[in-house]
Amino acid sequence: MNKTMLNKKLLSSLLLAMVLSACKSTPMVDKPAAVDDKSPNITATAPAVPVADSGADTAGVKDGSVSGNPLTDPNNILSKRTVYFDFDKDTVREEFRPLVEAHAKYLAEHGSAKVILQGNADERGTREYNLSLGQRRSVSVKKSLNLLSAQDKQIETVSYGEEKATANCKDEACHQLNRRVDIVYEGE
Amino acid sequence: MQTQFQYMKKLFKLFQPVLFLIATLTTTVAHAALEIEISGGSAQQIPIAIVPFGQAVTANQDKIADIIAADLRRSGLFRVLETSGVASRPTEVSQVKYAEWAVLQAQAITVGNVTALPGNRLKVTFGLADVLKQTQLVTMEYNIAPNQLRLTAHKIADVIYQKLTGEGPIFASRIAYINKTKNRYALQVADADGVNAQTVVSSSEPIISPAWSPDGTRIAYVSFEKKKPIIFVQSLTTGQRLTLANFKGNNSAPTWSPDGKKLAIVLSHSANSQLYTINADGTGLKQVTKSSAIDTEPSWSPDGKWIYFTSDRGGNPQIYKVSAFGGEAQRVTFQGDHNLSSHFSPDGKSLVMVRKDGARYSIALQDLASGQSQLLSDGGQDESPSFAPNGRVILYATRTGGRGALAAVSSDGRVKQRLSESGGDIREPSWGPLLN
Repeated sequence: MNKTMLNKKLLSSLLLAMVLSACKSTPMVDKPAAVDDKSPNITATAPAVPVADSGADTAGVKDGSVSGNPLTDPNNILSKRTVYFDFDKDTVREEFRPLVEAHAKYLAEHGSAKVILQGNADERGTREYNLSLGQRRSVSVKKSLNLLSAQDKQIETVSYGEEKATANCKDEACHQLNRRVDIVYEGE
Repeated sequence: MQTQFQYMKKLFKLFQPVLFLIATLTTTVAHAALEIEISGGSAQQIPIAIVPFGQAVTANQDKIADIIAADLRRSGLFRVLETSGVASRPTEVSQVKYAEWAVLQAQAITVGNVTALPGNRLKVTFGLADVLKQTQLVTMEYNIAPNQLRLTAHKIADVIYQKLTGEGPIFASRIAYINKTKNRYALQVADADGVNAQTVVSSSEPIISPAWSPDGTRIAYVSFEKKKPIIFVQSLTTGQRLTLANFKGNNSAPTWSPDGKKLAIVLSHSANSQLYTINADGTGLKQVTKSSAIDTEPSWSPDGKWIYFTSDRGGNPQIYKVSAFGGEAQRVTFQGDHNLSSHFSPDGKSLVMVRKDGARYSIALQDLASGQSQLLSDGGQDESPSFAPNGRVILYATRTGGRGALAAVSSDGRVKQRLSESGGDIREPSWGPLLN
């Protein structure tokens, strides 16, 4: 298959996906872009730029199905589940406030919903310190959720430290993706 | 001038019986052995002739003299001489013709013999002599089971090492580490020369922070097998284990008290990591630190009085100390951007730790009386340091070619070793106590 044909094929499947998802204009890539520490104006609510894979496959079709669940609707901020952090820091950056606020609101409105906040760290430093750092990041997100009326009993914090981090990162662009808290709803 | 030599040896691959069987977790047998590469050496190496032992027992393939020679070479303090050019093969000191060995410029010579005893036992005799003074320094006799031959060789190497260097024994000991292969994590225990690797526990989820009990019969570790960090204590003799700490939040960083009755651990509950002590049976939990910072990586002082730990209470991670019963903490480290993961020397006089300077994580050694410290490694991503039983060598984790490997450095920084396993990703080493 030549390149033009391939591109045509990708384009048509992309178009199909867009039709199926009611022609929303936001790209249907729920992976966040690489978040740059030094540019706080990049926000998690901004349209995510597709990461550099040939992402225009049929993923849009799967995600675009009309499920009615705001937690998995790629066009709903609630489908954004990851908060990123600076090196050796646990402060929830300004750009992630809308994301955290949305989840706090959801938890406050759905008293039976529960989340596990999974803290992570990049591979630099010792495993035990990174375990504690990941924990503190998950606690930091929990405190933000608490402030916005989510209840203690709805939130559990755990840490994987650097154990789930992408190993052998060569640069900051790789490291920063590992410094994160993932918000996982019970039953997911 | 520093003598440089490179030494590499494929180690024996020994089949080991399955020792431990844990419910829900598989226990596998490790066939692989670690490869050891040594660089550097002492300025003045002791030239020693190690005569092959007389071995009337043909069933055993282990060459005692080879094991002794490898141990002594690895220390960097000895130059093991080639003995094949000497015709005589004495097996006891009275048979040694000193003039023959003086020609090789040997300062010391060892001889020995292995004979069969009734009841499937072996008698190992060994003698060490000073070639220049033409005197016997020590003789030993061991009555052992055949499977204790390697351990006996390590003990003989320890006797030679102690007699000629004045340092405490080191070779008859074991190391623990985590070996990651594909998506499996195995806590393994091997002899200090990397041979006889045995899997103690394995899991598809991470295992970290193995810690030897002072008597070497148990290992505490942190396992994520239940999707969160929980501390277990496992017997190496029976394979049985108990859940030491499974509280809400993280349970991690176990370290034993010098008497083996308690452990210092780290719990987060639903907030930040803090230090606690707990009895080795899981009872008697007591909180040691109460701060709003990360307090973790405890190390118990050999006199039992202090717990040194990592804390970022001052803004970035540094080493602090606190009474084992709690109270005010005092800062211990002042050099380097960060200091983490401290471990005491056996004599309690110095502390080894991970130091971050710029982007590099290295192993640093700090003298506690003077506060002076020196870097012992420059690996960039070095961590998890621990002392050999005699305090002369520090084992740590490093990375080469994107994979974890073990490295060791003498406490004076002169001799360096690298231990790796082809295809393996090895991390979290801990050097255990001497074997009886």
